[in-house]
Amino acid sequence: MNKEIESSVSVDKSEQSVSAEFVADSYTTVGEPLLDDPKISIRNGNVFYAEKQAIFDVNLDIGKQQVISMIGPSGCGKSTFIRCLNRMNDTIDICRVEGEFRMDGEDIHDSKLDVVELRARVGMVFQKPNPFPKSIYENVAYGARIHGLTDNRVQLDELVEQSLIRCGLWNEVKDRLDEPGTGLSGGQQQRLCIARAIAVDPQVILMDEPCSALDPIATATIEELINELSESFTICIVTHSMQQAARVSTRTAYFHLGKLIEVNDTAKVFTNPEHQLTEEYITGRIG
Amino acid sequence: MNEELNIGPHISRQFDAELDEIRSRVLKMGSLVETQLIKTLDALREDDGSGIKGVSKLDRKVNKLEVQIDEECTQILAMRQPAAGDLRMIIATSKSVRDLERAGDEAERVANMVKQALTNEMQRKLYKGLLGLGELVAQLLKSTLDAYARMDIPGALQNMRLDQDIDEEYSRLVIRQVELMKKNPDNVADSLDVLWAARSMERIGDHCINICENIIYLVSGDDVRHAKFKDIEEQYAGGGY
Repeated sequence: MNKEIESSVSVDKSEQSVSAEFVADSYTTVGEPLLDDPKISIRNGNVFYAEKQAIFDVNLDIGKQQVISMIGPSGCGKSTFIRCLNRMNDTIDICRVEGEFRMDGEDIHDSKLDVVELRARVGMVFQKPNPFPKSIYENVAYGARIHGLTDNRVQLDELVEQSLIRCGLWNEVKDRLDEPGTGLSGGQQQRLCIARAIAVDPQVILMDEPCSALDPIATATIEELINELSESFTICIVTHSMQQAARVSTRTAYFHLGKLIEVNDTAKVFTNPEHQLTEEYITGRIG
Repeated sequence: MNEELNIGPHISRQFDAELDEIRSRVLKMGSLVETQLIKTLDALREDDGSGIKGVSKLDRKVNKLEVQIDEECTQILAMRQPAAGDLRMIIATSKSVRDLERAGDEAERVANMVKQALTNEMQRKLYKGLLGLGELVAQLLKSTLDAYARMDIPGALQNMRLDQDIDEEYSRLVIRQVELMKKNPDNVADSLDVLWAARSMERIGDHCINICENIIYLVSGDDVRHAKFKDIEEQYAGGGY
């Protein structure tokens, strides 16, 4: 860990006019990054790719049944950050994660933790829809099968149906469940991937630019789905669309060069951000 | 404005140009309203109504600019989806042009009354009593446009102080006219006209204060409408917005 980086759990609201040339090693996240009784809690989170540090000393709480969006310029570390929450970064040899990442108080990076089980609890939806090369039915049933969530075919049918209903896809696919998932439209495929994720009864869903490959109508459908799912799940969404962040999330986190600059209610971030870097990014002055 | 907010240009230079265009149109609109008022006051001061003729024409230009600026604000909302300071700039500007347009209407009303009064010796004398109030209002309008151009919260606060002087002057003028009406009941109708004109001038001051509140919102994000001036002054006493 970089010794020069200070721990900065404290939140200083008075720091409202920080220079745009923000290069200091030690920094304080402005806004309200910490919560009471969070679902996920990160303290002094640092991520390295070999010697290069990608995330610097992040302190953030994510609330239960909350939609939080991560925004920031390309390469700011927002995707790297959410990949820490279900240990997707474990798949990258040179990636090293330090600090505390806890879900319901449990250390996500505990070496004894069953990663497969963690990824069932923390599902993920990617930029490009990635249905398995299997039938629509099997795409949704797959996770439930390997986790042994159902005892018989009737229960599995019920789970598949319910998952597809929750994703608003049931009426569109109920008569062709045996057809390949890859034959659906892009928006339908993405909803299928979300159905697959929620079929294993996760607590958290991570979404990494889930609409960037979709047209505006499919995007609106996914956004409506996010809104509905937020009643049951905690959702972290990485997006390059600031309008999307404004539409779907209640809280927004702004990352810049691997640092968590500001966390605030989404309405505040988009009308009156506290940090000048946030202002510059969301008004299209830095990209 | 960008320099005042210590923020650099947008990546889209076209967006910067569009915002600059709107700001310069608002200032142009404001200067037309200012001219309406100054022409009226000059006419009153010099007992010469010839300059007043152009006031209604100026008001039509003010109305046109209001529509044009509103249309440009709508286009920016639709095409650019502005956020944060840009969004506040569009919202504050759209509200401010409405106030400027109404200020222009009030100025036109006063101009027409003054034009009529200059044809009558008695009325002319009574209307002279409006000069002090009118000059304060013209000063407030000018400094409001300055504060808008510079996005200047201290300037906006200074204007709010000036508006209190205007309110006091307006109250004094009302008392004077009431006394005159009591002394000389034959002139009640003329004095009432003067009061209506004074009321219009005082309303121009109120529109300026609405614009100053919009400037504070634009710069700081704080909505100070309906707050007491003392509280607003305390809030910004140490700067830090």
